[in-house]
Amino acid sequence: MSPPSTSATKNGYDVIVVGSGAAGGQSAYTLCMEGAKVLMLEAGRNYVPEQETPMFQTPDQAPLRGVSTPEKDFGFYDATIDGGWTVPGEPYVQSTEDPHGRFAWWRARMLGGRTNHWGRVSLRNGEYDFKPHRRDGLGFDWPISYEDVAPYYDKVERLIGVYGTSEGLENTPNSPEGCLLPPPAPLVSDYLVQQRAGRLGIPIVAGHRAVLTRQLDFKRSPALLHPGNLKAQKIIAEHMRQRAACFWATDCGRGCSIRANYQSTTVHLPPALATGNLDIVTNAMVSEVLLGRNGLAKGVSYIDKISGRQHVVTARVIVLAASACETVRILLNSKSAQFPDGLANSSGKVGRYLMDTVGSSVSGQVPLLESLPPLNEDGASGEAFYGPWWLYQDQQKGKLDFARGYHIEFGGGRRMPNFGTLRSLESLTGGSYGKKLKDDARRYYGSFVGFDGRGEMIPNENSYCEIDPKVKDRWGIPVLRFHWQWSEHETRQAAHMQKTFAGVIEAMGGKVLGAVKTDGAEAIAPGGFIIHEVGGARMGESRQTSVTNQWCQTWDVKNLFLNDGAVFVSNADKNPTLTIMALAWRASDHIVRLMRRKEL
Amino acid sequence: MTDRRTTIKWMLAAAAAIPLLDRAAAGEVTASLPAPNGYGSDPNLTKVYRPGDVWPLTLTAAQRRTATALCNVILPADDRSPNAESVGVVDFIDEWVSAPYPRQLADRPIVLEGLAWTDAEALLRFEKYFADLDTPQQHAICDDICYEPKAEAKFARAAQFFARYRSLTVGGFYSTPTGHKDLGYIGNVPSSRFDGPPLALLRKLGLGPSS
Repeated sequence: MSPPSTSATKNGYDVIVVGSGAAGGQSAYTLCMEGAKVLMLEAGRNYVPEQETPMFQTPDQAPLRGVSTPEKDFGFYDATIDGGWTVPGEPYVQSTEDPHGRFAWWRARMLGGRTNHWGRVSLRNGEYDFKPHRRDGLGFDWPISYEDVAPYYDKVERLIGVYGTSEGLENTPNSPEGCLLPPPAPLVSDYLVQQRAGRLGIPIVAGHRAVLTRQLDFKRSPALLHPGNLKAQKIIAEHMRQRAACFWATDCGRGCSIRANYQSTTVHLPPALATGNLDIVTNAMVSEVLLGRNGLAKGVSYIDKISGRQHVVTARVIVLAASACETVRILLNSKSAQFPDGLANSSGKVGRYLMDTVGSSVSGQVPLLESLPPLNEDGASGEAFYGPWWLYQDQQKGKLDFARGYHIEFGGGRRMPNFGTLRSLESLTGGSYGKKLKDDARRYYGSFVGFDGRGEMIPNENSYCEIDPKVKDRWGIPVLRFHWQWSEHETRQAAHMQKTFAGVIEAMGGKVLGAVKTDGAEAIAPGGFIIHEVGGARMGESRQTSVTNQWCQTWDVKNLFLNDGAVFVSNADKNPTLTIMALAWRASDHIVRLMRRKEL
Repeated sequence: MTDRRTTIKWMLAAAAAIPLLDRAAAGEVTASLPAPNGYGSDPNLTKVYRPGDVWPLTLTAAQRRTATALCNVILPADDRSPNAESVGVVDFIDEWVSAPYPRQLADRPIVLEGLAWTDAEALLRFEKYFADLDTPQQHAICDDICYEPKAEAKFARAAQFFARYRSLTVGGFYSTPTGHKDLGYIGNVPSSRFDGPPLALLRKLGLGPSS
């Protein structure tokens, strides 16, 4: 990939895209393939996965055996650069000291953003997920339905490469033939979970992750992705050929130098650059969108983090794809006589209805998995299986004390031992040391299985962000202040996860490690911890109650689009990234349509 | 009244605490994040690091001697792998207690005090430093502190140290290629295919695609 330019930019851009992750990458890809001239602004530094990814490094080659520190929250080898829960010089503020009222904001200041390290879980929202209010009277409905987004799910799956199967389960959409890659072989622990959870009535099926279990279909897919656009077909065919299939080793969270999983930097940006239509400026910290006298967005103002100088760039269309909260922050900091409360905020909804995912974990030790023979269980470095939400019928009959559901992610196996792999040994061995401890380690390694629930949060009035009146970041840009509150729907769901996972572990003949948390408020991971923050500028049917229309186009400023998770109306249990990409593609198609009709 | 046992303990604990106090006085220990001498938020991820590369190691020769003996008691050589010392566990523990991050700063006094206690206890019981004891003597001390739930009240603090020290030793040992091999981890190699576990094994466990 040619290095992004950091010098002065050209004039005459059609679109400025702020952000380079899932939303920014997809937007730039779609727009450039359709011939638009795009300038992408990324707040972090350039990042070259082919050169910078620690692929085969073992923990002993890292400081502190690679354990997490406040400078590398997910461990030394995690792909995140200049990011995590804290970013030096870029604070955010909490509205309360109460731990239940706080929100932790994960950022990654690097080209490709959080896509470089994410878990690659790629699930489609189902038909219920777009119309949740219609089903249970809670939250809000989207202005679109599954059918509107389905063609874009198809396209994104074909483009980035997602493995999985179509099982025909309720609210868990099938993908058309040819969209999904075959799932990887399960591990011993996967089969055991499937068998024992199955006895409890919990279906366990193939997981969906953005990892190439074989090379993409570079012969058929280009024409399906870009019908009638021969240049785009040629470019994407070439890039599909260049991406290697998974070689069944190394942790996806480190990124992938052979481009076998999805990162914006290895999948979206290289073909977008190959069109010749994309310029990228890194270290460009956008502070505001500038409003012209005609009521249209005329450009953005950014600070070059290297020189500290402020720059203004202009274009016909502005796309914010900076991550839900950063997009909100830019809008709220873009004040004018016309929009004293922030750009495109005539509804007063910018910053409102922030959501994360409900998360709770239980792990167990399973005697059946002890002392297995040496097996290579690196696999695809993530879920071969998962458990989609299975209690729709019970919920409809009123048998559950919470609304909405969760899916189950789990993992076990003989993965690369790291500093924490044998951390639970003491309670199992009665404090052994010496040769006995070595025997115990051999016996218990590979016998641990961890379960994570990933559930839906219903948007509420008490979870939102706003600009703090005092605090500014090192660039002088006012920062966000967060307000957070779970409702009983979420905390009860977390308690349900705990009970369910403990039940599955027992059904496996295993023992839960630690206490099962019956109090949902204690069981639930703090706001922001699952790093699925969405909402803050939701789309809707009317300019009074929402910030954008169904095309991610702000009601107030017609050439301003919010192509990231900010527009989410609900946050289904399905991990948001695939939907972010599908919506960004759909919005970008709309931008192209409007530009061609000279409406933008 | 101060007996001999208490005097030795105070002496050793004070000695162990000196480097910590010095660092605190220099403003290093209590520094707020980001730590001035950490690896920062954008370290080179592909280079090979050794303990001492990023921040200086701080254990004294005497502390390292005790640390070495203790981690080798916890993980001695056997027919499948060498002892903890030989895969760099002492250097790792030195790196850990010298690190500028909160979790490691919290462990530092526990480890330093614990190493001092271990020598004090060895001197009391056998009039030798822990590293100079024979194996049964070392085990006599370790047996009293190796499991917190069962340790006598007077050994509670020492048992807390031992648990922490053991987890550092175990974590430091099994995260190396030697430790990987000992456990039978055979991954981290590229392969053109991944077939999952052999059917015979699945059948033996009563599992499989059809179950």
